[in-house]
Amino acid sequence: MRKKEAHQSAVCPILHKAVVMGGSAGGFKAFSTILSSISPDFRLPILIVQHLRPDDDGLFARHLAGTVRVPVIEPCDKQWIKAGHLYVAPANYHMLVEQNGTIALSVEEKVNWSRPSIDVLFESAALALGERIIAVILSGANADGAAGMLTIKEAGGLTIVQDPATAEYPVMPQAAIDSGAVDEVLSMEEIGRRLIELGSRNLDELHSVTL
Amino acid sequence: MKNPEGEHTEIDLLLETIYQRYGYDFRSYARASIVRRTMLFRSNAGCASVSEMIPRIIDDEDFASHLIRYFSIAVTESFRDPLVYRAVREKVIPLLRTWPHCKIWHAGCATGEEVYSLAIVLKEEGIYDRTTIYATDFNNEALDRARAGIYEIGKLKEATRNYQQAGGKRSFSEYYHARYQAAAMDKALNERVVFSSHNLASDSAFGEMHLVFCRNVLIYFNHDLQNRALGLFTESLVHGGFLCLGTKEDLQFSDFSDRYELVDKNARIYKKKNWP
Repeated sequence: MRKKEAHQSAVCPILHKAVVMGGSAGGFKAFSTILSSISPDFRLPILIVQHLRPDDDGLFARHLAGTVRVPVIEPCDKQWIKAGHLYVAPANYHMLVEQNGTIALSVEEKVNWSRPSIDVLFESAALALGERIIAVILSGANADGAAGMLTIKEAGGLTIVQDPATAEYPVMPQAAIDSGAVDEVLSMEEIGRRLIELGSRNLDELHSVTL
Repeated sequence: MKNPEGEHTEIDLLLETIYQRYGYDFRSYARASIVRRTMLFRSNAGCASVSEMIPRIIDDEDFASHLIRYFSIAVTESFRDPLVYRAVREKVIPLLRTWPHCKIWHAGCATGEEVYSLAIVLKEEGIYDRTTIYATDFNNEALDRARAGIYEIGKLKEATRNYQQAGGKRSFSEYYHARYQAAAMDKALNERVVFSSHNLASDSAFGEMHLVFCRNVLIYFNHDLQNRALGLFTESLVHGGFLCLGTKEDLQFSDFSDRYELVDKNARIYKKKNWP
């Protein structure tokens, strides 16, 4: 798999603004493994879609909150997106990113038999933030997210998937790879380290700009 | 990828065209969702760009009405979010009882499933006969279906389960007549319902209300249009009147949070404060 050249980003650094992530079957384990390595000083907002049962009632978000060290929020419509916070799409709603930095929820029809859908989140993030987005696809048993990854890739964002060989359900990361949209294929531990690196590089560069 | 700024301009022009030509105003709808729907419609219609859609919107009424229908999301179900109906039963109706006559505005009722749900709760609590429900929507096609009250039989299973979770006191089957592939809601349930066309983007308030029920409608509006609609609700409600929003709609993110007190957080039920 092609990896983005490290020096390329050093020459032309992109200040990432947000991380969007998607998971389905096997996603809870992958999310909690990766996100538990993120410390409270992580400076990017993280927005995630996990396919949920319609009657989840915030259970997934509460469980995740028990395993991570950043504030976990199941957002309301028009809520501001804050750095270092983790936003979990509520069951039965699509979650979208608006250009003004707020979250939009919607009860539009299901996409890929899913609401929330990963494609819906990713496509809205690509439109709102373009190259400043980092997208991650984790374990899952359908192809939701592949089209969204492609949109993010075309917008110049960074696209990462969990190595299908390490995923409990490889279909979803494999579908993203097959779409030709993926920059990096990493294990869960590597994804955690990579996010920390990108999140903190972001902070250093922000400092060097403002100082 | 196409220059996103250019694309936004094209979408602005498209929405302006729809407004000028047909009077439907989507200019203040939540942007991310309207952009998404425009793009999907564009690719299904085989148009190379959003600009290409504009002359067709002007000349081809069928094409335009398809797009307008595609923008008008009408997703609802009977007793959607059962906890809300339970909260209405326990926390709102006891106060509605204290008024001699009770007026309810169900704004954005779509195809009406939740109008019948509310009517059932009011009936079981014994105040339906002194209530008037004004059920409004700007989508006339949806409104016709709401008026008819005939729904797919496949939806009954979920409706029945929701009804039970909502604290239903009888058997849900007492409220409809199933025939062939359809279930017709009992006519007695809409005796006191006035179905009427009303557009929250352009029309004004029309009467004094004790409860405004508007769930998962404001999420399609941007901040300004949301505030316009909340302004109409606030103008309509009597002091101490209730406002019930969607479970993920919070007044905290609007300009009206200081006009209301929270009655039930999960059900997003608010009560209008007395204003000096």
